[in-house]
Amino acid sequence: MGELVQTLVSGIAVGSSYALMGLAMVIIYKTSEVINFAQGEMALLSVFLTYMVLEYYHFPFYVAFPSALAFALLLGFFLEFAVLRRAKEPNVLGMIIITIGLEMILMGFVSWKFGAEPKTMRFPLSPYDSLSLGEIFVSSLEALTFVVALTLMTVLFLFLRYSKLGIAMKATQQNKMAARLMGIRTNRILMITWGISSLVGCTAGLLIAPTIMQPYMMWDPMLKGFAAAVLGGMTSLPGSVFGAYIIGVVENLFGGYVSIEFKSAVAFFIIVLVLCIKPSGLFARHYVKKV
Amino acid sequence: MESRTTLKTLLEIKNIETFYGLIYALRGVSLSVQSGTITAILGANGAGKSTILKTVMGLIEDQPDKGTIEFMGKRIDGKETEDIVRMGISYVPEGREVFEELTVKENLLMGAYLRNDRAEIRKDFEQIYEHFPPLKARENQWAGTLSGGEQQMLSIGRALMNRPTLLFLDEPSLGLSPILVNEIFKIIKNINSQGVTILLVEQNARMALAISDFGLILENGRFVMKGTARDLMQDKDVREFYMGIRSEESAKGYQRWKRKKRWR
Ligand SMILES: Nc1ncnc2c1ncn2[C@@H]1O[C@H](COP(=O)(O)OP(=O)(O)OP(=O)(O)O)[C@@H](O)[C@H]1O
Ligand SMILES: [Mg+2]
Repeated sequence: MGELVQTLVSGIAVGSSYALMGLAMVIIYKTSEVINFAQGEMALLSVFLTYMVLEYYHFPFYVAFPSALAFALLLGFFLEFAVLRRAKEPNVLGMIIITIGLEMILMGFVSWKFGAEPKTMRFPLSPYDSLSLGEIFVSSLEALTFVVALTLMTVLFLFLRYSKLGIAMKATQQNKMAARLMGIRTNRILMITWGISSLVGCTAGLLIAPTIMQPYMMWDPMLKGFAAAVLGGMTSLPGSVFGAYIIGVVENLFGGYVSIEFKSAVAFFIIVLVLCIKPSGLFARHYVKKV
Repeated sequence: MESRTTLKTLLEIKNIETFYGLIYALRGVSLSVQSGTITAILGANGAGKSTILKTVMGLIEDQPDKGTIEFMGKRIDGKETEDIVRMGISYVPEGREVFEELTVKENLLMGAYLRNDRAEIRKDFEQIYEHFPPLKARENQWAGTLSGGEQQMLSIGRALMNRPTLLFLDEPSLGLSPILVNEIFKIIKNINSQGVTILLVEQNARMALAISDFGLILENGRFVMKGTARDLMQDKDVREFYMGIRSEESAKGYQRWKRKKRWR
């Protein structure tokens, strides 16, 4: 029994970093209907920049982390402005190709600059400290990731639901022409969206880095985050977080009781299953267009 | 109307030409809208009525190809839509274009996107609900779940939330029941009497001319007739071709057709 609960809790703990990546992808999808496969590598670049600031220049955490977030924000702005916006008459397929291209460029850049060997980055919490609740253990880093994911989800949810800028983001996605007719500068909105999303992704990266840090570190969390977002219906923030927990938990159960080799494949098995049963995702609230 | 000889020109369109790729949609259109009036543009399907409004709003990329557009004395051709809206023109597009997955309230809030005067915004909400009571009842419902007529009301309400100086309406009566059509035209007149200048595109010539001060008739991307609404309503051709009123027997139909051709 204790073992089972431990597996569940660890699943939720892993799920939290998937959740952050899922949130990042949902934000962009919600405003521009672009599936951003460069999400992980955007975070990667921000994380390695933090590494540089911490290890090469020996700045303290309170300088390194905020500057990493600021960098991530600017990186998001920049990529939207310099790359995505240049696409004339974009379609879904074209956009996917562009983000995959970006992904490769960013990954290549990081590998070239920093090398492929694993690194260790200083972090205020050690991933090996653990908190115990009775006989259940979670590392303090996992606990932090869990809290951060839920907090960001809540903040983003409230922001999109109640703030004028948040509603304008949704308006832009739903009908760009009408949004422009309201005086909304839709280009700027898209830029802001990419910035915020990049910021969330960077947060995920910073929380993953203490456990594993090398150029491929974000690929798996990004794919799982994407899977989580699909489970949640691609447009629902809480949906993507719960999707991430489901994936984390099932993956851990499978790894613990069935086969460790196929652990990662489980996420995609779940997606296929869900897409067969409820194609709009578990939490989508899309209304069906009247003809 | 006779006392309006000193009217100020709000919008001045001079000789604009618009292309959709190779399609030559506007072939030299000039038009001026006087402050405080309602001006109606009439014309058959495909004449280019919507294209005029879209061109002015900067919605057609790199157009107009030729000609100039001035609003309150300033050139606006070539400007971004967002900036044109900021100068005080709002546009209710053909086909409503509401934000389907935002609530009625959020749609109206987006209409007031450029404003920060909370108290006044609240007043405008009340006023719009007064104009369109069904919206009040559906305040928290997704706009996509409204009926076509309700969406039309929302689209007009949303445009008014920006307190425009000049309001463009593209076929506001499209798809509405006869009672609602009457109602919408009454409301348009009412909005105008509160100081909003209106440029109206309509198929319903009779209703449009009845509330308008001026009218223009567009055919194949050119105006073929301009005048006061009263004069147009009395014009035989307008009555026959746009209002469906036959003043003489059909033997003359052929000759009328020829006369119509000459306008082009
Ligand atoms: N996006 C477009 N691409 C190509 N041609 C277009 C486009 N939009 C309109 N046109 C063409 O331009 C001409 C004018 O169209 P417009 O929509 O302005 O007509 P309209 O007078 O508003 O007609 P309706 O009363 O049916 O709304 C038509 O021949 C139409 O086929
Ligand atoms: Mg039209």
